[in-house]
Amino acid sequence: MQKLLAWIDDRFPLTKVWEEHLSKYYAPKNFNFWYYFGSLALLILVMQIFTGIFLTMNYKPDTNLAFASVEFIMRDVDWGWLIRYLHSTGASFFFIVVYLHMFRGLLYGSYRNPRELLWLIGVVIYVALMAEAFMGYLLPWGNMSYWGAQVIINLASAIPVVGNGLSEWIRGDFVVSDATLNRFFAFHVIAVPLILVALVFVHIVALHKVGSNNPDGVEIKKKKGPDGIPLDGIPFHPYYTVKDIVGVTVFLIIFCAVVFFAPELKGWFLEADNFVPANVLQTPPDIKPLWYFTPFYSILRANTHAFFGIEAKLWGVIFMGLAIVALFFLPWLDRSPAKSIRYRGWMYKTALTIFVASFLLLGYLGVKKPDDIDFILFKNVYWAQIGTILYFAFFVLMPWYSKYDKTKPVPERVTWK
Amino acid sequence: MSEEGMNPRRRRLLVITSGLGVVGTVFALTPFVKSMLPSARAKAAGAPVEVDISKIEPGQLLTVEWRGQPVWILNRTPAMLKELTEDTSLLADPNSTVTSQQPKYAQNLARSIKPEYLVLVGICTHLGCSPSPRLVAGAASGLGDNWPGGFFCPCHGSKFDLAGRVFKNVPAPINLRVPPYSYLSDTRILIGVDQKEKGAA
Repeated sequence: MQKLLAWIDDRFPLTKVWEEHLSKYYAPKNFNFWYYFGSLALLILVMQIFTGIFLTMNYKPDTNLAFASVEFIMRDVDWGWLIRYLHSTGASFFFIVVYLHMFRGLLYGSYRNPRELLWLIGVVIYVALMAEAFMGYLLPWGNMSYWGAQVIINLASAIPVVGNGLSEWIRGDFVVSDATLNRFFAFHVIAVPLILVALVFVHIVALHKVGSNNPDGVEIKKKKGPDGIPLDGIPFHPYYTVKDIVGVTVFLIIFCAVVFFAPELKGWFLEADNFVPANVLQTPPDIKPLWYFTPFYSILRANTHAFFGIEAKLWGVIFMGLAIVALFFLPWLDRSPAKSIRYRGWMYKTALTIFVASFLLLGYLGVKKPDDIDFILFKNVYWAQIGTILYFAFFVLMPWYSKYDKTKPVPERVTWK
Repeated sequence: MSEEGMNPRRRRLLVITSGLGVVGTVFALTPFVKSMLPSARAKAAGAPVEVDISKIEPGQLLTVEWRGQPVWILNRTPAMLKELTEDTSLLADPNSTVTSQQPKYAQNLARSIKPEYLVLVGICTHLGCSPSPRLVAGAASGLGDNWPGGFFCPCHGSKFDLAGRVFKNVPAPINLRVPPYSYLSDTRILIGVDQKEKGAA
């Protein structure tokens, strides 16, 4: 065995890679609950690719066959229902895990120097993931698939001059049609997954270059022992591999409970209107995207007024785009001397609470009708406008509140009881 | 990568070669980008649709498919037509000035050739949902007492009147589109072919 390893090591840096990224990758010893979600996101990516391969074996990307082929998988393929539900539930859980992973970054300042690029790569992964989810949602060719794709592709048409041509180029037709379904299939099963895997690889390479952040926001590489190992670092393997296995176990219990007992989760993970074949003459009365897009959908709908000579439709698209673009600027907006929320003052804590509340509020309103009153006092659309302002205030005001916030002194070493 | 001491000639050649490489890449990508445009078949599709409108009762709406899109034909009652003249201040473009949204022969108050028969592409000018008909005026529509009758888009709440004219302060920027259409006889229309101007053969 030793000889075989030596033989390989002479030809491929197997031991070196193993040590660099696992057995001698020193991660801070004070990781907590929030540090499960990176490895869980990786697990779901692998699971989605695996179940996706098996779905492709029976799925037909043709407007006349697509809907029936999904039902065929559900009813006639042995265990097909399980594979399909693992994939559809996996999509929603992917976003749950990724949102929690991003929230961890906001809590502990994981986007700050020297991890700016790591954060940027992460945001690109998030954008790619949204594209992947959006295109995958068209494939069952249900009525919600069809009209959802119609609306989102038409977002491009709001762009002046080139917009309509761009929409036609994306669809490959003047309406959402067979050409659209076929190309979304190509993007969903090969192009975007390849990009996602490549980006995740780069994300991990960047992480291992700068080292993991931790709940104290302290750079453990600043305090090294005589052996050159960070005093507060422990090898990723076996310490965190074992910890992550516990996380995976708990995650799978919750995940499987949903897959087996509530795969549609009352319309949150699979909408009732998508069990009806696409009908080009009839928009579903309750059109809404899946929950993970609803905060942005709310921002889109909140723009009902033209100003500066630009029509409301274009403002909606601009603000929806900016809601994601803002994330890219986060590392340079934050001027606080402390990274972690543990050492920040009331201003950042308040700002983050309002931001999370506005995100949840926008997400909730995104599944409701704009002119109804589902929340309190006044119409949903007004609440969406308030939510949009609060969402952007988090970013726009950050240079000030993070600077003037009264921080506590950050310790030299991580805290550990 | 230090550029110090680099031979200026080599440097110039390097810039030129890289530049050519970029140009070549753009050329090589062109066929792939263009392959995603609507195909010749998609462009050729979209034959005109002939519809018998004699069976549409006053106040009734018929939906037909033309070029993969819903097209509405509404037989408007005199009361509905009267609504079109009232409260035009609530509309964003009451006189149909955006020329792309209707053929010339439908650029009138009723936005149609014959006032009672409205022909509209049933696709919202906001983001392309199909609005739902809320033809009845008043509170029964679920849109408030002042609702004059029209169309309501469930996706983003855009509102249009009974001529497909958009209301102010809704997400949709312009009126619903009137497709090209023509009368073959008093009871048959052809959607997709323009009405010939009067006097033309």
